[in-house]
Amino acid sequence: MTTRYTEDHEWITVAGDVATVGITVHAAEQLGDVVFVELPDVGKALAKGDEFAVVESVKAASEVYAPIAGEIVAVNSALDDAPATVNEDAAGAGWFVKIKMSDASQLDGLMDEAAYNAHIA
Amino acid sequence: MRYLPHIDSDRKAMLEAIGVASIDDLFTDVPEAARLKGLVDLPLQQGELAVERAMSAMAAKNVSAGSVPFFVGAGAYRHHIPATVDHLIQRSEFLTAYTPYQPEISQGTLQTLFEFQTQVALLTGMDVANASMYDGSTACAEAVMMAARVTKRNKAIMAGTVHPHYVEASKTLAKYSDVEIAVTQPAVGGLDELIAAIDETTACVVVQTPDIFGQLHDLRAISEVAHAKGALVIAVFTETVSLGLVEAPGDMGADIAVGEGQSIGVGLNFGGPYVGLFACKNERNFIRQMPGRLAGETIDADGRRGYVLTLSTREQHIRREKATSNICTNAGLCSLAFTIHMTLLGEAGLRTLARLNHETACELADRLGAIEGVEVLNSSFFNEFTLRLPKPAAGVVEELARIGVLGGVPASRLYPGQFEDLLLVTATETNTESDMIVFEKALRGVL
Repeated sequence: MTTRYTEDHEWITVAGDVATVGITVHAAEQLGDVVFVELPDVGKALAKGDEFAVVESVKAASEVYAPIAGEIVAVNSALDDAPATVNEDAAGAGWFVKIKMSDASQLDGLMDEAAYNAHIA
Repeated sequence: MRYLPHIDSDRKAMLEAIGVASIDDLFTDVPEAARLKGLVDLPLQQGELAVERAMSAMAAKNVSAGSVPFFVGAGAYRHHIPATVDHLIQRSEFLTAYTPYQPEISQGTLQTLFEFQTQVALLTGMDVANASMYDGSTACAEAVMMAARVTKRNKAIMAGTVHPHYVEASKTLAKYSDVEIAVTQPAVGGLDELIAAIDETTACVVVQTPDIFGQLHDLRAISEVAHAKGALVIAVFTETVSLGLVEAPGDMGADIAVGEGQSIGVGLNFGGPYVGLFACKNERNFIRQMPGRLAGETIDADGRRGYVLTLSTREQHIRREKATSNICTNAGLCSLAFTIHMTLLGEAGLRTLARLNHETACELADRLGAIEGVEVLNSSFFNEFTLRLPKPAAGVVEELARIGVLGGVPASRLYPGQFEDLLLVTATETNTESDMIVFEKALRGVL
Protein backbone atom coordinates (compact mmCIF):
# COMPACT_ATOMS: atom_id res chain seq x y z
CA MET A 1 0.00 0.00 0.00
CA THR A 2 1.41 3.38 -0.96
CA THR A 3 1.68 6.05 1.67
CA ARG A 4 1.38 9.68 0.66
CA TYR A 5 2.32 12.79 2.63
CA THR A 6 1.29 16.42 3.01
CA GLU A 7 3.42 19.48 3.64
CA ASP A 8 1.67 19.80 7.01
CA HIS A 9 3.09 16.39 8.05
CA GLU A 10 0.03 14.17 7.73
CA TRP A 11 0.32 10.71 6.14
CA ILE A 12 -2.44 8.98 4.23
CA THR A 13 -2.88 5.40 2.97
CA VAL A 14 -5.77 4.25 0.84
CA ALA A 15 -7.70 0.96 0.73
CA GLY A 16 -10.61 1.04 -1.70
CA ASP A 17 -12.32 4.39 -1.19
CA VAL A 18 -11.32 4.69 2.48
CA ALA A 19 -8.19 6.58 3.51
CA THR A 20 -6.42 6.22 6.85
CA VAL A 21 -4.77 9.42 8.12
CA GLY A 22 -2.23 10.11 10.85
CA ILE A 23 0.71 12.39 11.55
CA THR A 24 4.22 11.50 10.41
CA VAL A 25 7.02 10.09 12.55
CA HIS A 26 8.88 13.34 11.91
CA ALA A 27 5.89 15.38 13.23
CA ALA A 28 5.57 13.19 16.33
CA GLU A 29 9.30 13.58 17.04
CA GLN A 30 9.06 17.35 16.68
CA LEU A 31 6.04 17.56 19.01
CA GLY A 32 7.61 15.54 21.79
CA ASP A 33 5.52 13.51 24.23
CA VAL A 34 1.94 13.54 23.01
CA VAL A 35 -0.47 13.87 25.94
CA PHE A 36 -3.82 14.29 24.22
CA VAL A 37 -5.43 13.91 20.83
CA GLU A 38 -8.75 15.61 20.19
CA LEU A 39 -10.54 13.59 17.52
CA PRO A 40 -13.62 14.55 15.48
CA ASP A 41 -17.05 12.86 15.58
CA VAL A 42 -17.72 10.01 13.15
CA GLY A 43 -19.93 11.30 10.33
CA LYS A 44 -18.28 14.71 10.11
CA ALA A 45 -17.84 15.94 6.53
CA LEU A 46 -14.46 17.41 5.61
CA ALA A 47 -13.19 19.50 2.74
CA LYS A 48 -9.55 19.12 1.76
CA GLY A 49 -7.50 21.26 4.12
CA ASP A 50 -10.10 21.36 6.92
CA GLU A 51 -8.80 21.13 10.47
CA PHE A 52 -10.15 17.87 11.91
CA ALA A 53 -8.05 17.07 14.99
CA VAL A 54 -5.75 18.66 17.53
CA VAL A 55 -2.66 16.93 18.83
CA GLU A 56 -1.31 18.18 22.09
CA SER A 57 2.16 17.52 23.49
CA VAL A 58 3.80 18.74 26.66
CA LYS A 59 5.11 21.75 24.81
CA ALA A 60 2.69 22.53 22.00
CA ALA A 61 -0.68 21.96 20.45
CA SER A 62 -1.09 21.58 16.70
CA GLU A 63 -3.99 21.28 14.36
CA VAL A 64 -4.21 18.35 11.97
CA TYR A 65 -5.62 19.01 8.49
CA ALA A 66 -7.55 16.78 6.10
CA PRO A 67 -5.31 15.75 3.17
CA ILE A 68 -8.42 14.92 1.13
CA ALA A 69 -12.16 15.64 1.18
CA GLY A 70 -14.64 13.09 2.52
CA GLU A 71 -16.52 11.86 5.53
CA ILE A 72 -15.08 10.55 8.80
CA VAL A 73 -16.04 6.88 9.06
CA ALA A 74 -13.86 5.87 12.03
CA VAL A 75 -11.65 7.47 14.68
CA ASN A 76 -8.85 5.83 16.68
CA SER A 77 -10.46 6.10 20.10
CA ALA A 78 -7.63 4.01 21.59
CA LEU A 79 -5.67 7.29 21.57
CA ASP A 80 -7.99 8.68 24.29
CA ASP A 81 -6.38 6.42 26.87
CA ALA A 82 -3.01 5.96 25.20
CA PRO A 83 -2.01 9.17 23.40
CA ALA A 84 1.66 8.11 23.60
CA THR A 85 0.89 5.58 20.84
CA VAL A 86 1.38 8.53 18.49
CA ASN A 87 5.04 8.71 19.57
CA GLU A 88 5.55 4.95 19.65
CA ASP A 89 4.00 4.11 16.29
CA ALA A 90 2.98 7.26 14.41
CA ALA A 91 2.75 5.51 11.06
CA GLY A 92 0.79 2.51 12.35
CA ALA A 93 -1.20 2.08 15.58
CA GLY A 94 -1.05 5.85 16.08
CA TRP A 95 -3.46 6.58 13.19
CA PHE A 96 -6.07 9.28 13.78
CA VAL A 97 -9.08 8.79 11.48
CA LYS A 98 -10.45 6.93 8.50
CA ILE A 99 -12.02 9.08 5.79
CA LYS A 100 -14.38 7.86 3.06
CA MET A 101 -13.02 9.84 0.15
CA SER A 102 -15.33 11.93 -2.03
CA ASP A 103 -12.68 12.72 -4.66
CA ALA A 104 -9.78 10.28 -4.97
CA SER A 105 -8.11 12.47 -7.61
CA GLN A 106 -7.08 14.80 -4.79
CA LEU A 107 -4.46 12.16 -3.89
CA ASP A 108 -2.49 13.11 -6.97
CA GLY A 109 -1.35 16.39 -5.45
CA LEU A 110 0.27 14.71 -2.42
CA MET A 111 3.93 13.78 -1.94
CA ASP A 112 5.42 10.30 -2.06
CA GLU A 113 7.93 9.16 0.55
CA ALA A 114 10.99 10.40 -1.33
CA ALA A 115 9.43 13.82 -1.88
CA TYR A 116 8.40 14.06 1.78
CA ASN A 117 11.89 13.07 2.97
CA ALA A 118 13.28 15.82 0.78
CA HIS A 119 10.66 18.21 2.21
CA ILE A 120 11.77 17.62 5.80
CA ALA A 121 15.47 17.34 5.11
CA MET B 1 9.46 65.84 26.12
CA ARG B 2 7.58 62.83 24.89
CA TYR B 3 9.34 60.20 22.84
CA LEU B 4 7.07 58.96 20.05
CA PRO B 5 8.65 56.13 18.09
CA HIS B 6 6.41 56.58 15.01
CA ILE B 7 7.17 59.12 12.32
CA ASP B 8 4.58 60.50 9.88
CA SER B 9 5.38 57.99 7.16
CA ASP B 10 4.85 55.12 9.68
CA ARG B 11 1.47 56.54 10.62
CA LYS B 12 0.52 57.01 6.97
CA ALA B 13 1.44 53.40 6.19
CA MET B 14 -0.62 52.09 9.14
CA LEU B 15 -3.64 54.22 8.23
CA GLU B 16 -3.43 53.03 4.63
CA ALA B 17 -3.21 49.40 5.76
CA ILE B 18 -6.48 49.66 7.69
CA GLY B 19 -8.13 51.84 5.07
CA VAL B 20 -8.76 55.14 6.82
CA ALA B 21 -7.60 58.61 5.84
CA SER B 22 -6.74 60.11 9.22
CA ILE B 23 -6.46 59.21 12.89
CA ASP B 24 -9.65 61.19 13.57
CA ASP B 25 -11.54 58.72 11.38
CA LEU B 26 -10.90 56.08 14.07
CA PHE B 27 -13.04 58.07 16.51
CA THR B 28 -16.13 58.56 14.37
CA ASP B 29 -18.09 56.22 16.67
CA VAL B 30 -17.61 58.66 19.54
CA PRO B 31 -20.27 61.41 19.36
CA GLU B 32 -18.84 64.83 18.52
CA ALA B 33 -20.15 66.27 21.79
CA ALA B 34 -18.24 63.69 23.83
CA ARG B 35 -14.88 64.47 22.24
CA LEU B 36 -12.39 66.66 24.00
CA LYS B 37 -11.30 69.79 22.17
CA GLY B 38 -8.08 71.25 23.47
CA LEU B 39 -6.84 70.90 27.02
CA VAL B 40 -8.89 70.21 30.15
CA ASP B 41 -9.47 73.39 32.15
CA LEU B 42 -6.87 72.89 34.88
CA PRO B 43 -4.20 75.18 36.31
CA LEU B 44 -0.83 74.40 34.75
CA GLN B 45 0.83 74.06 38.15
CA GLN B 46 -0.06 74.16 41.84
CA GLY B 47 1.82 73.50 45.07
CA GLU B 48 1.40 70.11 46.74
CA LEU B 49 -0.70 71.56 49.58
CA ALA B 50 -3.06 73.32 47.18
CA VAL B 51 -3.50 70.13 45.14
CA GLU B 52 -4.25 68.16 48.30
CA ARG B 53 -6.89 70.71 49.36
CA ALA B 54 -8.50 70.75 45.93
CA MET B 55 -8.61 66.94 45.71
CA SER B 56 -9.97 66.58 49.27
CA ALA B 57 -12.73 69.08 48.49
CA MET B 58 -13.61 67.11 45.36
CA ALA B 59 -13.56 63.77 47.23
CA ALA B 60 -15.84 65.23 49.92
CA LYS B 61 -18.60 65.46 47.31
CA ASN B 62 -18.86 61.65 47.39
CA VAL B 63 -21.02 59.87 49.91
CA SER B 64 -18.82 56.88 50.64
CA ALA B 65 -20.07 53.46 51.61
CA GLY B 66 -18.35 53.45 54.98
CA SER B 67 -19.60 56.88 56.07
CA VAL B 68 -23.38 56.39 56.04
CA PRO B 69 -25.99 53.64 56.48
CA PHE B 70 -25.35 51.64 53.31
CA PHE B 71 -27.78 49.16 51.74
CA VAL B 72 -26.50 48.92 48.17
CA GLY B 73 -25.80 45.55 46.56
CA ALA B 74 -26.95 44.29 43.15
CA GLY B 75 -23.62 42.67 42.28
CA ALA B 76 -21.14 44.43 44.57
CA TYR B 77 -21.34 43.96 48.32
CA ARG B 78 -19.85 45.72 51.29
CA HIS B 79 -18.37 43.29 53.79
CA HIS B 80 -15.88 43.59 56.60
CA ILE B 81 -12.41 42.60 55.45
CA PRO B 82 -9.93 41.75 58.22
CA ALA B 83 -6.83 43.96 58.28
CA THR B 84 -4.72 40.80 57.92
CA VAL B 85 -5.82 40.48 54.28
CA ASP B 86 -4.44 43.86 53.21
CA HIS B 87 -1.32 43.33 55.26
CA LEU B 88 -0.52 39.99 53.66
CA ILE B 89 -1.29 40.88 50.05
CA GLN B 90 1.07 43.83 50.36
CA ARG B 91 4.06 41.59 50.99
CA SER B 92 6.39 42.42 48.11
CA GLU B 93 6.69 38.75 47.06
CA PHE B 94 3.00 38.87 46.16
CA LEU B 95 2.40 42.50 45.31
CA THR B 96 5.25 43.38 42.95
CA ALA B 97 5.75 40.19 40.98
CA TYR B 98 4.08 40.24 37.60
CA THR B 99 2.78 36.93 36.18
CA PRO B 100 5.26 34.94 38.25
CA TYR B 101 4.40 31.46 37.11
CA GLN B 102 7.75 29.77 36.59
CA PRO B 103 7.59 26.85 39.01
CA GLU B 104 11.32 27.11 39.75
CA ILE B 105 10.87 30.43 41.54
CA SER B 106 7.17 30.80 42.24
CA GLN B 107 6.03 27.97 44.48
CA GLY B 108 4.37 30.42 46.88
CA THR B 109 2.23 32.08 44.23
CA LEU B 110 1.35 28.79 42.58
CA GLN B 111 0.40 27.26 45.91
CA THR B 112 -1.96 30.14 46.73
CA LEU B 113 -3.57 29.76 43.30
CA PHE B 114 -3.99 26.03 43.91
CA GLU B 115 -5.56 26.73 47.29
CA PHE B 116 -7.83 29.39 45.75
CA GLN B 117 -8.99 26.82 43.19
CA THR B 118 -9.61 24.28 45.94
CA GLN B 119 -11.71 26.79 47.89
CA VAL B 120 -13.75 27.75 44.82
CA ALA B 121 -14.36 24.11 43.90
CA LEU B 122 -15.50 23.30 47.46
CA LEU B 123 -17.76 26.37 47.65
CA THR B 124 -19.47 25.63 44.35
CA GLY B 125 -19.66 21.85 44.71
CA MET B 126 -17.59 21.36 41.56
CA ASP B 127 -14.62 19.14 40.69
CA VAL B 128 -12.28 21.73 39.25
CA ALA B 129 -11.88 25.52 39.37
CA ASN B 130 -9.52 27.78 37.46
CA ALA B 131 -7.13 30.39 38.85
CA SER B 132 -9.82 33.12 38.41
CA MET B 133 -11.21 35.33 35.67
CA TYR B 134 -11.45 39.14 35.58
CA ASP B 135 -14.82 39.32 37.32
CA GLY B 136 -18.20 37.64 37.59
CA SER B 137 -19.49 38.99 34.30
CA THR B 138 -16.53 37.81 32.21
CA ALA B 139 -16.63 34.44 33.99
CA CYS B 140 -20.30 34.17 32.99
CA ALA B 141 -19.55 35.09 29.37
CA GLU B 142 -16.71 32.55 29.23
CA ALA B 143 -18.99 29.85 30.63
CA VAL B 144 -21.49 30.43 27.81
CA MET B 145 -18.71 30.07 25.22
CA MET B 146 -17.41 26.94 26.93
CA ALA B 147 -20.89 25.36 26.92
CA ALA B 148 -21.14 26.02 23.19
CA ARG B 149 -17.78 24.26 22.62
CA VAL B 150 -18.69 21.30 24.81
CA THR B 151 -22.16 20.73 23.33
CA LYS B 152 -21.23 21.83 19.79
CA ARG B 153 -24.46 23.85 19.85
CA ASN B 154 -24.72 27.61 19.50
CA LYS B 155 -27.87 28.66 21.33
CA ALA B 156 -27.66 29.95 24.88
CA ILE B 157 -30.66 30.95 26.98
CA MET B 158 -30.10 33.35 29.84
CA ALA B 159 -32.66 34.02 32.54
CA GLY B 160 -33.85 37.63 32.54
CA THR B 161 -32.99 37.62 36.24
CA VAL B 162 -29.26 37.15 35.64
CA HIS B 163 -27.50 40.44 36.47
CA PRO B 164 -28.02 42.61 33.35
CA HIS B 165 -24.32 43.50 33.28
CA TYR B 166 -23.49 39.79 33.05
CA VAL B 167 -25.96 39.42 30.18
CA GLU B 168 -24.35 42.40 28.44
CA ALA B 169 -20.83 41.02 28.89
CA SER B 170 -21.96 37.64 27.53
CA LYS B 171 -23.61 39.25 24.50
CA THR B 172 -20.50 41.32 23.85
CA LEU B 173 -18.23 38.28 23.90
CA ALA B 174 -20.67 36.29 21.76
CA LYS B 175 -21.07 39.09 19.22
CA TYR B 176 -18.25 37.95 16.96
CA SER B 177 -18.78 34.23 17.49
CA ASP B 178 -21.63 32.11 16.17
CA VAL B 179 -23.19 31.85 19.63
CA GLU B 180 -26.71 33.31 19.88
CA ILE B 181 -28.01 34.44 23.24
CA ALA B 182 -31.72 34.63 24.05
CA VAL B 183 -32.86 36.25 27.30
CA THR B 184 -36.17 35.47 29.02
CA GLN B 185 -38.42 38.13 30.55
CA PRO B 186 -37.11 39.39 33.89
CA ALA B 187 -39.55 38.99 36.81
CA VAL B 188 -39.47 38.28 40.53
CA GLY B 189 -40.47 34.63 40.52
CA GLY B 190 -39.57 31.12 39.42
CA LEU B 191 -37.87 29.44 36.47
CA ASP B 192 -40.89 28.11 34.55
CA GLU B 193 -40.37 30.28 31.48
CA LEU B 194 -36.68 29.40 31.36
CA ILE B 195 -37.36 25.67 31.68
CA ALA B 196 -39.96 25.83 28.90
CA ALA B 197 -37.48 27.51 26.56
CA ILE B 198 -34.97 24.62 26.62
CA ASP B 199 -34.95 22.36 23.56
CA GLU B 200 -32.64 19.95 21.70
CA THR B 201 -30.66 22.81 20.13
CA THR B 202 -29.91 24.56 23.43
CA ALA B 203 -26.23 24.68 24.40
CA CYS B 204 -26.85 26.00 27.89
CA VAL B 205 -29.23 27.72 30.26
CA VAL B 206 -27.82 30.41 32.51
CA VAL B 207 -29.55 30.94 35.83
CA GLN B 208 -28.51 33.12 38.74
CA THR B 209 -29.21 32.28 42.38
CA PRO B 210 -29.77 34.38 44.40
CA ASP B 211 -30.93 36.27 41.29
CA ILE B 212 -30.77 40.02 40.64
CA PHE B 213 -34.01 40.48 42.61
CA GLY B 214 -32.56 38.42 45.48
CA GLN B 215 -34.82 35.42 44.85
CA LEU B 216 -33.28 31.96 45.45
CA HIS B 217 -33.72 29.08 43.01
CA ASP B 218 -33.54 25.32 43.39
CA LEU B 219 -31.63 24.19 40.30
CA ARG B 220 -32.66 20.53 40.39
CA ALA B 221 -35.72 20.74 38.14
CA ILE B 222 -34.04 22.88 35.50
CA SER B 223 -30.93 20.67 35.56
CA GLU B 224 -33.03 17.58 34.95
CA VAL B 225 -34.79 19.13 31.95
CA ALA B 226 -31.59 20.62 30.53
CA HIS B 227 -29.63 17.39 30.82
CA ALA B 228 -32.43 15.38 29.22
CA LYS B 229 -32.12 17.68 26.20
CA GLY B 230 -28.33 17.64 26.13
CA ALA B 231 -27.90 21.20 27.41
CA LEU B 232 -25.58 22.37 30.19
CA VAL B 233 -26.66 24.35 33.23
CA ILE B 234 -24.57 27.38 34.15
CA ALA B 235 -25.20 28.63 37.67
CA VAL B 236 -24.32 32.25 38.38
CA PHE B 237 -23.92 33.96 41.74
CA THR B 238 -22.99 37.56 42.47
CA GLU B 239 -22.73 37.13 46.24
CA THR B 240 -20.15 34.51 47.24
CA VAL B 241 -21.15 34.74 50.91
CA SER B 242 -24.50 33.17 49.99
CA LEU B 243 -22.66 29.88 49.35
CA GLY B 244 -22.07 29.66 53.10
CA LEU B 245 -25.77 28.99 53.58
CA VAL B 246 -27.32 28.06 50.23
CA GLU B 247 -26.78 24.61 48.71
CA ALA B 248 -23.81 24.51 46.32
CA PRO B 249 -24.77 24.80 42.62
CA GLY B 250 -22.82 21.63 41.79
CA ASP B 251 -24.87 19.66 44.30
CA MET B 252 -28.07 20.90 42.63
CA GLY B 253 -27.03 19.62 39.19
CA ALA B 254 -25.29 22.62 37.63
CA ASP B 255 -22.44 21.77 35.22
CA ILE B 256 -20.58 25.06 35.44
CA ALA B 257 -20.67 27.58 38.29
CA VAL B 258 -19.47 31.14 37.82
CA GLY B 259 -19.64 34.18 40.02
CA GLU B 260 -18.19 37.26 41.56
CA GLY B 261 -15.68 36.73 44.38
CA GLN B 262 -15.50 40.40 45.41
CA SER B 263 -17.43 39.83 48.65
CA ILE B 264 -14.55 37.83 50.09
CA GLY B 265 -11.36 39.79 50.67
CA VAL B 266 -11.64 42.29 47.85
CA GLY B 267 -13.96 45.14 48.87
CA LEU B 268 -16.03 47.54 46.75
CA ASN B 269 -13.04 49.29 45.12
CA PHE B 270 -15.25 51.69 43.12
CA GLY B 271 -16.41 48.72 41.01
CA GLY B 272 -13.11 46.96 40.35
CA PRO B 273 -10.69 45.24 40.23
CA TYR B 274 -12.77 42.22 41.19
CA VAL B 275 -12.22 38.48 40.89
CA GLY B 276 -14.23 36.08 38.74
CA LEU B 277 -14.80 32.56 40.02
CA PHE B 278 -15.09 29.73 37.49
CA ALA B 279 -15.64 26.07 38.31
CA CYS B 280 -17.04 23.02 36.54
CA LYS B 281 -17.63 19.30 36.78
CA ASN B 282 -14.97 16.88 35.53
CA GLU B 283 -17.14 15.34 32.84
CA ARG B 284 -16.57 14.57 29.16
CA ASN B 285 -14.09 17.09 27.77
CA PHE B 286 -15.04 19.89 30.21
CA ILE B 287 -11.56 20.58 31.54
CA ARG B 288 -9.99 20.80 28.08
CA GLN B 289 -12.67 23.30 27.09
CA MET B 290 -12.31 25.36 30.24
CA PRO B 291 -10.94 28.91 29.94
CA GLY B 292 -8.21 30.37 32.11
CA ARG B 293 -5.16 29.32 34.05
CA LEU B 294 -5.02 26.13 36.08
CA ALA B 295 -2.46 25.54 38.83
CA GLY B 296 -1.83 21.86 39.47
CA GLU B 297 -0.21 19.91 42.27
CA THR B 298 2.51 17.42 41.40
CA ILE B 299 5.77 16.01 42.71
CA ASP B 300 9.25 17.06 41.60
CA ALA B 301 12.18 14.82 40.62
CA ASP B 302 12.97 14.27 44.32
CA GLY B 303 9.41 13.28 45.15
CA ARG B 304 8.58 16.54 46.93
CA ARG B 305 5.20 18.23 46.56
CA GLY B 306 5.21 21.11 44.11
CA TYR B 307 2.88 23.29 42.06
CA VAL B 308 2.92 24.07 38.36
CA LEU B 309 0.58 25.54 35.76
CA THR B 310 -1.06 22.70 33.90
CA LEU B 311 -3.06 22.09 30.70
CA SER B 312 -1.61 25.31 29.30
CA THR B 313 -2.18 24.18 25.75
CA ARG B 314 -5.75 25.49 26.11
CA GLU B 315 -4.33 28.96 26.49
CA GLN B 316 -3.57 31.87 24.26
CA HIS B 317 0.22 31.86 24.50
CA ILE B 318 0.23 28.38 22.95
CA ARG B 319 -3.03 28.03 21.00
CA ARG B 320 -3.23 31.63 19.75
CA GLU B 321 -6.62 32.26 18.14
CA LYS B 322 -7.71 28.67 18.86
CA ALA B 323 -7.35 29.16 22.63
CA THR B 324 -10.35 28.43 24.85
CA SER B 325 -10.36 32.07 25.92
CA ASN B 326 -8.91 35.42 25.01
CA ILE B 327 -8.49 36.19 28.67
CA CYS B 328 -4.87 35.18 29.07
CA THR B 329 -4.36 36.18 32.67
CA ASN B 330 -6.14 35.97 36.00
CA ALA B 331 -7.00 38.38 38.81
CA GLY B 332 -3.96 37.24 40.80
CA LEU B 333 -3.84 39.71 43.66
CA CYS B 334 -7.62 39.73 44.16
CA SER B 335 -7.70 35.94 44.15
CA LEU B 336 -4.96 35.99 46.77
CA ALA B 337 -7.04 38.38 48.90
CA PHE B 338 -9.99 36.01 48.48
CA THR B 339 -7.88 33.03 49.51
CA ILE B 340 -6.51 34.73 52.61
CA HIS B 341 -9.92 36.00 53.74
CA MET B 342 -11.55 32.63 53.10
CA THR B 343 -8.75 30.87 55.00
CA LEU B 344 -9.24 33.23 57.95
CA LEU B 345 -12.98 32.55 57.93
CA GLY B 346 -12.75 28.79 57.55
CA GLU B 347 -15.82 26.68 56.85
CA ALA B 348 -17.50 27.41 60.19
CA GLY B 349 -16.68 31.12 59.94
CA LEU B 350 -18.18 31.38 56.46
CA ARG B 351 -21.37 29.71 57.67
CA THR B 352 -21.59 32.10 60.62
CA LEU B 353 -20.97 35.09 58.36
CA ALA B 354 -23.64 33.90 55.90
CA ARG B 355 -26.15 33.35 58.69
CA LEU B 356 -25.45 36.82 60.08
CA ASN B 357 -26.04 38.34 56.64
CA HIS B 358 -29.31 36.52 56.22
CA GLU B 359 -30.55 37.37 59.71
CA THR B 360 -29.72 41.06 59.23
CA ALA B 361 -31.53 41.07 55.89
CA CYS B 362 -34.57 39.35 57.47
CA GLU B 363 -34.75 42.01 60.14
CA LEU B 364 -34.44 44.78 57.56
CA ALA B 365 -37.14 43.22 55.36
CA ASP B 366 -39.47 43.04 58.37
CA ARG B 367 -38.85 46.69 59.21
CA LEU B 368 -39.20 48.05 55.67
CA GLY B 369 -42.06 45.73 54.72
CA ALA B 370 -44.07 47.11 57.63
CA ILE B 371 -44.05 50.62 56.13
CA GLU B 372 -47.40 51.67 54.68
CA GLY B 373 -47.43 51.11 50.90
CA VAL B 374 -44.14 49.14 50.83
CA GLU B 375 -44.17 45.47 49.83
CA VAL B 376 -41.39 42.85 49.93
CA LEU B 377 -41.80 40.92 46.65
CA ASN B 378 -39.53 37.94 47.36
CA SER B 379 -40.76 34.58 48.53
CA SER B 380 -37.13 33.79 49.42
CA PHE B 381 -33.88 35.72 49.69
CA PHE B 382 -30.36 35.58 51.13
CA ASN B 383 -29.11 39.08 51.96
CA GLU B 384 -30.89 41.17 49.36
CA PHE B 385 -34.50 41.55 48.37
CA THR B 386 -36.81 43.66 46.23
CA LEU B 387 -39.27 46.23 47.52
CA ARG B 388 -42.24 47.62 45.64
CA LEU B 389 -42.58 51.30 46.57
CA PRO B 390 -45.60 53.56 46.15
CA LYS B 391 -43.50 55.94 44.00
CA PRO B 392 -40.57 55.71 41.55
CA ALA B 393 -37.53 54.17 43.27
CA ALA B 394 -34.95 56.34 41.48
CA GLY B 395 -36.32 59.51 43.05
CA VAL B 396 -36.57 57.84 46.45
CA VAL B 397 -32.90 56.79 46.32
CA GLU B 398 -31.89 60.37 45.41
CA GLU B 399 -33.86 61.81 48.31
CA LEU B 400 -32.44 59.24 50.73
CA ALA B 401 -28.89 60.07 49.59
CA ARG B 402 -29.52 63.74 50.27
CA ILE B 403 -30.29 62.92 53.89
CA GLY B 404 -27.31 60.59 54.25
CA VAL B 405 -28.68 57.10 53.56
CA LEU B 406 -27.57 54.98 50.60
CA GLY B 407 -30.79 53.03 50.34
CA GLY B 408 -30.26 50.52 47.52
CA VAL B 409 -30.37 50.30 43.73
CA PRO B 410 -33.48 51.27 41.75
CA ALA B 411 -34.28 48.32 39.46
CA SER B 412 -34.86 50.82 36.62
CA ARG B 413 -31.14 51.60 36.71
CA LEU B 414 -30.40 48.02 35.61
CA TYR B 415 -33.51 47.71 33.42
CA PRO B 416 -34.01 51.18 31.89
CA GLY B 417 -37.67 52.00 31.38
CA GLN B 418 -38.87 49.04 33.46
CA PHE B 419 -39.63 48.29 37.12
CA GLU B 420 -39.71 51.95 38.10
CA ASP B 421 -41.32 51.24 41.47
CA LEU B 422 -38.87 48.47 42.44
CA LEU B 423 -35.93 48.98 44.78
CA LEU B 424 -33.17 46.38 45.34
CA VAL B 425 -32.04 46.47 48.96
CA THR B 426 -29.10 44.64 50.56
CA ALA B 427 -28.07 44.10 54.17
CA THR B 428 -24.77 42.60 55.28
CA GLU B 429 -22.94 42.02 58.55
CA THR B 430 -21.69 45.62 58.29
CA ASN B 431 -25.19 47.01 58.92
CA THR B 432 -25.95 47.78 62.56
CA GLU B 433 -29.30 47.97 64.28
CA SER B 434 -29.03 51.76 64.27
CA ASP B 435 -28.33 51.76 60.48
CA MET B 436 -31.60 49.94 60.01
CA ILE B 437 -33.52 52.28 62.29
CA VAL B 438 -32.12 55.29 60.41
CA PHE B 439 -33.02 53.72 57.02
CA GLU B 440 -36.55 52.85 58.13
CA LYS B 441 -37.18 56.36 59.47
CA ALA B 442 -35.70 57.98 56.37
CA LEU B 443 -37.78 55.83 54.03
CA ARG B 444 -40.97 56.61 55.97
CA GLY B 445 -40.10 60.29 55.69
CA VAL B 446 -39.40 60.18 51.95
CA LEU B 447 -42.47 58.20 50.93
